[in-house]
Amino acid sequence: MSAAISTAAAPVTTAAEEKVAVATQLQLTWWRFRRHKVAVASGVIVLFFYLVAVLADFLATNDPYATLAARSYIPPQEIHWFDADGSFRPHVFALEGKRDMKTFRLVYVADPEDKRYLELFVDGYPYRLLGLFETNLHLLGLDRGAPEEALFLLGTDQLGRDFWSRLVLATRTSLFIGLAGVAISLFLGVLLGGISGMYGGWIDTVIQRVIEILRSIPTIPLWMGLAAALPATWSVLQVYLAITVIISLIGWTELARVVRGRFLSLREEDFVMAAELAGASQLRIIFRHMVPSFLSHIIAAVSLALPAMIISETTLSFLGLGLRPPAISWGVLLQDAQNIQALAIAPWLLMAAIPVIVVILAFNFLGDGLRDAADPYG
Amino acid sequence: MITYITRRLVLALVTCWAISVISFIIIQLPPGDFVNSYIANLSASGSMVSAAEADAMREQYGLNRPIWVQYGKWMGRVLQGDFGMSMEWGRPVLEVIGDRLWLTIVISIAAIILTWGIALPIGIYSAVRQYSIADYIFTLIGFIGLAVPNFLLALIIMYLGFKYFGANIGGLFSPEYDLAPWSWDKVWDLMSHLPLPAFILALAGTAQLIRIMRANLLDELRRPYVTTARARGLQEWRVIMKYPVRAALNPFASTIGYLLPFVVSGSIVVSLVLSLPTVGPLLLRALVAQDMFLAGAIVLLLGVLTVIGTFLSDLMLMWIDPRIRAGMHG
Repeated sequence: MSAAISTAAAPVTTAAEEKVAVATQLQLTWWRFRRHKVAVASGVIVLFFYLVAVLADFLATNDPYATLAARSYIPPQEIHWFDADGSFRPHVFALEGKRDMKTFRLVYVADPEDKRYLELFVDGYPYRLLGLFETNLHLLGLDRGAPEEALFLLGTDQLGRDFWSRLVLATRTSLFIGLAGVAISLFLGVLLGGISGMYGGWIDTVIQRVIEILRSIPTIPLWMGLAAALPATWSVLQVYLAITVIISLIGWTELARVVRGRFLSLREEDFVMAAELAGASQLRIIFRHMVPSFLSHIIAAVSLALPAMIISETTLSFLGLGLRPPAISWGVLLQDAQNIQALAIAPWLLMAAIPVIVVILAFNFLGDGLRDAADPYG
Repeated sequence: MITYITRRLVLALVTCWAISVISFIIIQLPPGDFVNSYIANLSASGSMVSAAEADAMREQYGLNRPIWVQYGKWMGRVLQGDFGMSMEWGRPVLEVIGDRLWLTIVISIAAIILTWGIALPIGIYSAVRQYSIADYIFTLIGFIGLAVPNFLLALIIMYLGFKYFGANIGGLFSPEYDLAPWSWDKVWDLMSHLPLPAFILALAGTAQLIRIMRANLLDELRRPYVTTARARGLQEWRVIMKYPVRAALNPFASTIGYLLPFVVSGSIVVSLVLSLPTVGPLLLRALVAQDMFLAGAIVLLLGVLTVIGTFLSDLMLMWIDPRIRAGMHG
């Protein structure tokens, strides 16, 4: 019986082995990565967040910049899923703002008689979908009601701006500032790390010492100093770019270290020697033979560098030195939740912490899985 | 051994020089020079400064000279312990900083000791009991510590403290000791307030250390000498603690060079959230008010102290690791 199994199994194994033998480095990495369940799940979460970022305006339920004093600090609205007759019709109760005569704060009373039903694909404020198509279509909204009676899934802030809408727009800003920062870091890291690893000698020594120096300086005071020097007259976009550059000027060291390490070890490999003997040019050896075999390492390093970038931006904006209102980012939102007084009145503002933590955690798990998978033969 | 120390010392000096250049750039970055803002400050309070006086002042500070001369003059004064005047406070910068610098150092050192205190036993446990439930739980907690920016952790803990204990848990001193001169009671009061900010700072660094410790120890545990020790009938506890842990400890100590800048950075932000009397809130205020001599001095002092700390940890590493002493690597 055992013989029967082995004969039946043998061709299958060889087919699989053959598949492995001819697979490219990236395919092997992908197969290895797929086995790491947590990393795959984290990858899905990261993709989901970027989807939210791309569709931010579509997912927003209110104009994130529209302020209205009459709806200051509305707590998150409770959604009632079923109607009185038991049918599935999600709705919220209309809110009436009353002034508490002791504290002089607005308190909101829900009116169970006045139901507002949730609808899909409703008209709202105009925006450009993907920056291209002019539209006013939004995923979710109420069937009727004045602006101050709109849907507030996560409540409002002090100025009466809808927190949910601000949170999805902040997701866009924070995630893409991370990408832009990593792009610059990657360029610097690959360039300097590559030069360092390829040529060695005194250039290598100088670059390595520069990295060592940069890594031994506390970064936050440095960022604060540089960011505070940005002129107050700069536009939101200029500040955005400047912050990205400031963050990535210090963030490239880790990427450079990874690239240098790979170059150093690959330089001695037989296949590089073979390519050299076959008369391939330096550029061809680097891009045709060496880069593909450490591409996965770079992808892993990038996915570990991204959360660091996001934390940096969030921290700087939180301190009031990064992006400034009217820009919306996670850090800008958290700035509103900075002191205990604000938190005591509106604890829901702390919810901006949730996407920060989830995204950074997901990126870390993803990067970890990728790093393990980057050495498919290991 | 001498070459190792010399190399480290030279690198530390070069780093200090780089930090001084960056601090000088930060001072120079805002538009206008020191005299402009000084005059603006004076006229805001009513007194007038003539153009001749302003020029004399520029001459005195060398502001009309090339930039590298200005840098040289500034460095010369700094080396004599004169960091200039704080515009906003109208007092010498060092006087404004006062105790805050030492409190920053105290918090940072406490955080590093705590990081080790947490990471070492957990790292050993996770390696010895690899893939146990506790191993997974510690790994997860470590990852969360890594993922939550420490200002956020401070914010959340502050909110929970407020909500469930009704107390504001910020600060480093009880109100009665806040302005009191130093005494043993005040030191004791400081000690009792230290664990919370130290813990918040430590949590971010532990994840990495746990993973390093775990990986190193796992490598060591597979070595034949461990089997030999076991075969000789040594108790399991002794087998692990006496040899593999000591060998695995090495890279552990060397990470302090990266841990220290990280913790000092974090202390700035955490201090802001928890309103700790460190240089953090002072630096932010100085930057917002463009009080550049104060801001530059804080960046410079923090940077240089971090470099000194790293250098001391290098010396410590040499003392721990005989291979470095013998000049085999490093």
